[in-house]
Amino acid sequence: MIFLWAFLVGGVMCVLAQLVLDLFPVTPAHVLVLFVVLGAVLGGVGLYGKLVTLAGAGASVPLPGFGYTLVTGIGEAVKVKGILGLLTGGLTAAAGGIKAAVLFGLFAALVFKPKA
Amino acid sequence: MSVAKIGAASYRLKNVGIKGTAAVVGPKEGQGPLGAYFDKVWVSETNHETSFERAERALLEEALNLAVKKANCSWDDVDLVLGGDLLDQIVSTNFVARQHERPLLGLFAACAVFTEALGLGALLIAGQGPKRVAVGAVSHHMAAERQFRFPIELGYQRTPTAAWTATAAGAAILGVAQHEDLLVDTVTFGRVIDYGSKDPNDMGSAMAPAALDSIERHLAATGDRIEDYDGIFTGDLGVFGIDLLQELGSAAGLRFGDRLNDCGKSLYYLKEQDVHNGASGPGCSAGVFSGYLYQRLKKGDWQRLLLVATGALFSPTTYQQGETIPCIAHAVTVSSPGAHAR
Amino acid sequence: MADQENTQRVRAYQELVKSRRPSKPILKNVIYAFFVGGAICEVGQWIQWGFMQNGMTAKEATSPTTVVLIGLGALLTGLGWYDKVVKHGGMGGTLPITGFSNAMVAPAMEFRSEGLVLGVGAKLFTVAGPVLVYGLSAAFVVGLCRYLLTGVA
Repeated sequence: MIFLWAFLVGGVMCVLAQLVLDLFPVTPAHVLVLFVVLGAVLGGVGLYGKLVTLAGAGASVPLPGFGYTLVTGIGEAVKVKGILGLLTGGLTAAAGGIKAAVLFGLFAALVFKPKA
Repeated sequence: MSVAKIGAASYRLKNVGIKGTAAVVGPKEGQGPLGAYFDKVWVSETNHETSFERAERALLEEALNLAVKKANCSWDDVDLVLGGDLLDQIVSTNFVARQHERPLLGLFAACAVFTEALGLGALLIAGQGPKRVAVGAVSHHMAAERQFRFPIELGYQRTPTAAWTATAAGAAILGVAQHEDLLVDTVTFGRVIDYGSKDPNDMGSAMAPAALDSIERHLAATGDRIEDYDGIFTGDLGVFGIDLLQELGSAAGLRFGDRLNDCGKSLYYLKEQDVHNGASGPGCSAGVFSGYLYQRLKKGDWQRLLLVATGALFSPTTYQQGETIPCIAHAVTVSSPGAHAR
Repeated sequence: MADQENTQRVRAYQELVKSRRPSKPILKNVIYAFFVGGAICEVGQWIQWGFMQNGMTAKEATSPTTVVLIGLGALLTGLGWYDKVVKHGGMGGTLPITGFSNAMVAPAMEFRSEGLVLGVGAKLFTVAGPVLVYGLSAAFVVGLCRYLLTGVA
């Protein structure tokens, strides 16, 4: 069942992003920023967590999932470290993804060349 | 040779001829409907150069060298080089001048630079300054994308009004007219016109009013009618820009009909090559004129042509700061010697 | 007076441009975004399932799944395919984490010609930077609010 929900929820989220892009005078970068912030806010009020439980990768793979990861990371860090967790929790939770992207980016820059 | 001022920024020139032209283009341009008219079509976008910027320089250098050769002269005979490109500090034009070592006046008018150079060069010759002037303009798709938009491999969707910067260079050698040389007859330099457009993905609509302004003033100063031209070619208004220019024209009492066309609209098969609004870039009008239009006139298919290259004078900084896009267009009439006698 | 006339002309022209502008194929874009975005998430779900078969919980599997998808995005970008995914899929290609990877890898590749430090190093975050800045800031503000309201974040 989660495989169906993953497809549907992921697809719908992309549809919403596409509508924002096509109907308002914004660039894709603006849409990404908007959606990551939305993910953090919805994560903060507990809604996004429910979506992740329902749709799995359908909610964690799109960019709002990244905002959600940052917020839950902060939540867990605060439990352990207290207020300092507000500063360390977000990046700790997202470290794997960011570091992977940096390394892959560096690697690709050395190996590949842009094409038309 | 002589020059007469016939309007606020319009000049009638006597005996200034085009001694030869050359156009070198990228593979995509070569696969377009005008492919057969270009002197050289590169097999790849970079043609073995190590960067897109180097490729742009090589493109201009090849076009200039070929034009000098086709004009039956040598670089030593060239008194002055005029031209420009889109990259910051017009590096392509400046760096190529390192190779040919001729005196250089680098120009910037974005995509309108080819007619600026053509008109200015012709004016200088008619004023009995330099005897022989080389003019050229170039753009490279990937170098321009990198500077103005996004990295090549970054995915994004082009809007229907977006133009495709052409990988092309065009060059012409001007001198005292002899025999069958095509003549640069009349020139009108453009004013900067800003009708409040802001979208860098829709430059056709931003530039259309500037094109109309220059065409109107050119016709008024020269006394020419639209029917006196076999073709009126704007630079890179594209499908949407030409549509708007037709509309603006008829509101101003100018019925262009199918004499009005656009270099950017002509360079590609718009649907099949997926370029939306058409081609843009300084190399677009330079390449289409130096390749296709020059040959139409030379073969005698056409007697008179009005070339109106159009330029959007914005930078990534002004766009990000929310400024509107000022535009310019320079108009040059090129005619065959027979038409001149009329 | 001349100014007023000018403003009017500009406004009239912008109206004309607006009425004539070819419209974006929104319906087509939306349908493609749905299927492309859905498909990428579906792939993600299968990868996550694979990790879960090896004894991870769904939560534990999220992070390695993200890393694999980022790797796939980087590979497709390097091969010059990902820009085609986005050309058709629009936000369906941009919004998933693979698009985030594309946004980091594409400038890194492209600015190789400006050197490893000022080219690749500096440009890696041109597009991803704003996402990190506002993502982290928003998460901090949300976390702070929760901390102040509930005592735990």
